Amino acid sequence: MEAYLDHAASTPARPEVVAAMLPWLAEHPGNPSGSHRPAREARRAIDDARDAVAALLDADPGDVVFTSGGTEADNLAVDGVLGVRGGVAVCGATEHPAVLDPVRLSGGVVLPTDAGGRIDLGALADALDAIADVRLVSVMTANNETGVVNPVSEVAALVAGHAPDAVVHTDAVQATAWLDLAGACRGAHLVSITGHKFGGPKGAGALVLRDGATVAPVLRGGGQERERRSGTQNVPAIVGLGVAATLVAADREVTAARIGTLRDRLEAGLLSAVPDARRTVPDGVPRTPGIAHVCFPGIESEALLFLLERDGISASAASSCASGAQEPSHVLAAMGVDRAAAVGSLRLSFGHATTDAEVDHALAVVPAAVARLREHAR
Amino acid sequence: MSAPPVMVAMSGGVDSSVAAALLLEEGREVVGVTLRLWGGESDSGCCAVSDVDDARRVCDTLGIEHHVFNLGDDFDRHVVGPYVAAHAAGLTPNPCIECNRHVKFDRLLYRARALGFDRLATGHHARVSLRSDGTRRIARPADSAKDQSYVLHMLGQDQLSGLELPVGDLTKDEVRQRAAFLGLRTAGKPDSQDVCFITREHGRGDFLSRRIPLTPGLVVDATGAEVGRVEAIELVTVGQRRGMELAGATAPRYAVAVDMPTATVTVGSADDLLVDATPVGGFSWADGPVSGPVRVQVSAHGQAVEAELVGDSVRWAAPHRRVAPGQSVVFYEGDEVLGGATAI
Repeated sequence: MEAYLDHAASTPARPEVVAAMLPWLAEHPGNPSGSHRPAREARRAIDDARDAVAALLDADPGDVVFTSGGTEADNLAVDGVLGVRGGVAVCGATEHPAVLDPVRLSGGVVLPTDAGGRIDLGALADALDAIADVRLVSVMTANNETGVVNPVSEVAALVAGHAPDAVVHTDAVQATAWLDLAGACRGAHLVSITGHKFGGPKGAGALVLRDGATVAPVLRGGGQERERRSGTQNVPAIVGLGVAATLVAADREVTAARIGTLRDRLEAGLLSAVPDARRTVPDGVPRTPGIAHVCFPGIESEALLFLLERDGISASAASSCASGAQEPSHVLAAMGVDRAAAVGSLRLSFGHATTDAEVDHALAVVPAAVARLREHAR
Repeated sequence: MSAPPVMVAMSGGVDSSVAAALLLEEGREVVGVTLRLWGGESDSGCCAVSDVDDARRVCDTLGIEHHVFNLGDDFDRHVVGPYVAAHAAGLTPNPCIECNRHVKFDRLLYRARALGFDRLATGHHARVSLRSDGTRRIARPADSAKDQSYVLHMLGQDQLSGLELPVGDLTKDEVRQRAAFLGLRTAGKPDSQDVCFITREHGRGDFLSRRIPLTPGLVVDATGAEVGRVEAIELVTVGQRRGMELAGATAPRYAVAVDMPTATVTVGSADDLLVDATPVGGFSWADGPVSGPVRVQVSAHGQAVEAELVGDSVRWAAPHRRVAPGQSVVFYEGDEVLGGATAI
């Protein structure tokens, strides 16, 4: 049996998404920036998608900037805000590298997090008071490794109080499938999403601007996306992104409830079947239902993933580096998880298509694989 | 019973590419693994992303699975750290041998077993010989110019029982021809050279200077008279000629001894380098300790010469150049490796 349990890395595109995209690959050649009928058709298609993405956030469709995905949206948020406003960017240590790297490169400040990996609000307030020219605070809605949810609206309120000249960005890439973004991102001025984390295609994402936020372009050229992101729009992928946004809004609540039950059953089963196993995220820390994260002391996740793959389970541990090797997780390090436990971590992540049978399979395979590795430990 | 599945350690070079291909031709279940060992700068060798790409694409061509294992912590602990420490102590380490000892044929071999692969293969040019008493030894390969038996000398029976060296029966030319015939992208790839974690551009001195203080040293002759200076005593190897030449001298000069506490190199003639015996320690054996007459090889591509192993001393049949402390001294019987030790 095959069990794809790596939806936090990428989800399969929903059939309706694929069907909607196909005509835009072969039948409709138009470039949305043109003026003839095929061009206008393409323009209409991406603007329909723009409406659908805007609806996720109660945003103005004109403030949806399509990008190639989450990384570009995050880069555009950090570099684009600093490009307009100057000053210093601040983020938490568990942010995705697409935020962390631009913040560090710009000379920004990376703040510690609590044991759940949530940004430390006290440290944030102190930083905002101590640094005169903070212009951007970036705090992810949900973490890509653990699913832990940050209090974005509390952060936004705190920023408004301590640094009224700063705007708030949130990377909502891992939240879109599970949370009502309009609520979860309330107060954030810029929101990043990407299609392939919620049943859309790879290669299309968006940075959504709100409350008059502006960004300087990172990609320069033809001035598409209202001068905020040049380059011909990826029409088929953007069409798919739009359909996925509509579908996820329609069935998110039902899916989240079903998957949350599955996730809890899986974690509880693993904890009872594997001695010394523990949830990586402390009890009581809010998280999306989409990720089960467990540490198995005494083994290495790299070896565990190998055995799981041989039994048909696709999963992951920390993020992968360019070579495909496992790198130690900066997220778990920021949470204070000791390295010995972190090297034995496992992330099993779910999507709308995840079945009970897949979870049953994981419950049958994972404990045996951990036991085998522990037997061979030296 | 079908042949056991085998995990192939693939560096991204032509030898391990062909090793995987040959095992596949035997009808075996083959899985390729590339180790990620070093996160710093690298020309090539084992760790560059381009080498991982080569290994992966060769596996794609062969139609086998490819995995990457990150054993960087082990590599730091067992190879890079001791390498730096050895230089700091004035020794001449051999990091490739320590990598084989602690990483490839320890961590990887035992991980392979844990993952259900009792057989591990590499692309080394050497053979595993099976003796009539059931024991195994590392033996010299078909291509004597590419002989890597020296760097595998530390393997014991447990490791040898699970080891396969498929290209040991081929010459390097035959390996390349086979790779080309199979359309493997590594067919013409140059052999890796030198230490994988040190770049040609920056070199050993730069690498060490970022990790340990380098000490300027005096060069003296046998009478103790100063005849020159070196920038870093830690970089001088016994037997080294480069940098030891004296202004105006006609006869070649060599580093004969390095004394770390006084940061002094004593130089002498080629004859001054000759010794009757070399002290050794840190033995490893293929199948239990050996003493008495053996053939002894002191570098990867050197000749094995006659000697007698008496206790912790290698007594040379004919006067032998000094062996730089830290170098591996490998004992052979005919074409087979009996074991090895480290020069003191």
